[in-house]
Amino acid sequence: MAKTVDQYFDDLRDTRVWRSIFRSGAGSSTLKRSLAIQQNVFLHLFATKVRRRMLSFSATWYLGTLTLGTFLMLVVTGILLMLYYHPSVPQAYADTKDLQFVVSSGLFLRNLHRWSAHAMVFLVFAHMFKVFYRGAYRPPREFNWVIGIVLLLVTLLLSYTGYLLPWDQLAYWAITVGSNIASAVPVFGDKIHFMLLGGNLVNANALLRFYVLHCMILPLAAMFFVAIHFWRIRKDGGLYAHSSEPAVLRKNAAEVETPKEAR
Amino acid sequence: MPDEKHEIKSETGGTFDRRQFFVKLGLGSLSIAAAGTAVFAYQFLSPNVLYEPSPIVNAGKPESYPIDSVTLDVNTGIYLIHAKEGFFALGAVCTHLGCLTTWKPELGIIACPCHGSKFAVLQGNLKPGDKIEGPAPKPLPWYRTWLSDDGDLMVDRGTTIRPMEFLRV
Repeated sequence: MAKTVDQYFDDLRDTRVWRSIFRSGAGSSTLKRSLAIQQNVFLHLFATKVRRRMLSFSATWYLGTLTLGTFLMLVVTGILLMLYYHPSVPQAYADTKDLQFVVSSGLFLRNLHRWSAHAMVFLVFAHMFKVFYRGAYRPPREFNWVIGIVLLLVTLLLSYTGYLLPWDQLAYWAITVGSNIASAVPVFGDKIHFMLLGGNLVNANALLRFYVLHCMILPLAAMFFVAIHFWRIRKDGGLYAHSSEPAVLRKNAAEVETPKEAR
Repeated sequence: MPDEKHEIKSETGGTFDRRQFFVKLGLGSLSIAAAGTAVFAYQFLSPNVLYEPSPIVNAGKPESYPIDSVTLDVNTGIYLIHAKEGFFALGAVCTHLGCLTTWKPELGIIACPCHGSKFAVLQGNLKPGDKIEGPAPKPLPWYRTWLSDDGDLMVDRGTTIRPMEFLRV
């Protein structure tokens, strides 16, 4: 009898090389499927078991996952754009133009980066509204909401630092105005402004600082907090479901104890 | 003596054993190191040498500015104004959020394109640089002006002076 495709995959999963990499091996028992999650460095952040209802579109509209998707697209397109972009005053604007008109697929990558950035900011807000209106920010998930606020700020700072990099008039004046808002901080305002720009003007130092923030410091901060954010979902009892609210549980239990016919 | 403890009664009456001493010593030295790191980070992030344009600007011969004229130099961000009382220089950078303002000859005012601040130039009861309206919190600054040995008008953007101090040529 000919083997099915699944059986070929099972044979592959039982080879010594495969077993040395993925310990769980072939089979689809509950144990094997749990091990596949538990023993994977990336997946073990998540719960091994999820309510089937929570995987449906209506439960979350997949807004958090979609935000992660745009972030991953931004990382990939951003790394590719870095190969042609020099963060220096004479070259930054010319490189941006080159990316649009000279580099093969440069226009596509730059537009993908730009639209993903807009989409990410939109999705972060949509995700927050969904969480807020479902009441999923309440205990025991309140700390994960706080991490979400940090991620919102990191997202907005990524957006703001990326704004300067094309080094055109819009970028220059947007950062001039934005950094002057930082000077409004009491007592330390001017020092913060000076440290952020690396000088008194939006100039070569400011361009380089914003580049380092945009390409290194802020993405690493985002990854760090995203990891905690996902891990906390499991630690706080999985995705929020209204049916597991204590009040709802008490109400359901009361209905079981005193059915209407018995009253 | 297995249960010997190195306890010292302090003058305030509390006990203080060796472990507590080392914990405090360790935390103390760590805090000193952390404070040092903060100072180091602040100093490292503040550049000591700046390759920014000099604050002192040579604005050329006074004869090139006719009387009652307002001249904006976009590159240096200053207005050179030749009034009847003499010359003076105003900063052209808006005191609100740092946009470059512009001279509106048809209205006789200085206006900011970003958030609509308006500044006086020769508005009778207002001093030049005073705000007429808009979000700007301060008037435009007056910069120190003088004549160089070669007879050129010089402006120091780093030094503000009190308003109504004109340079007579």
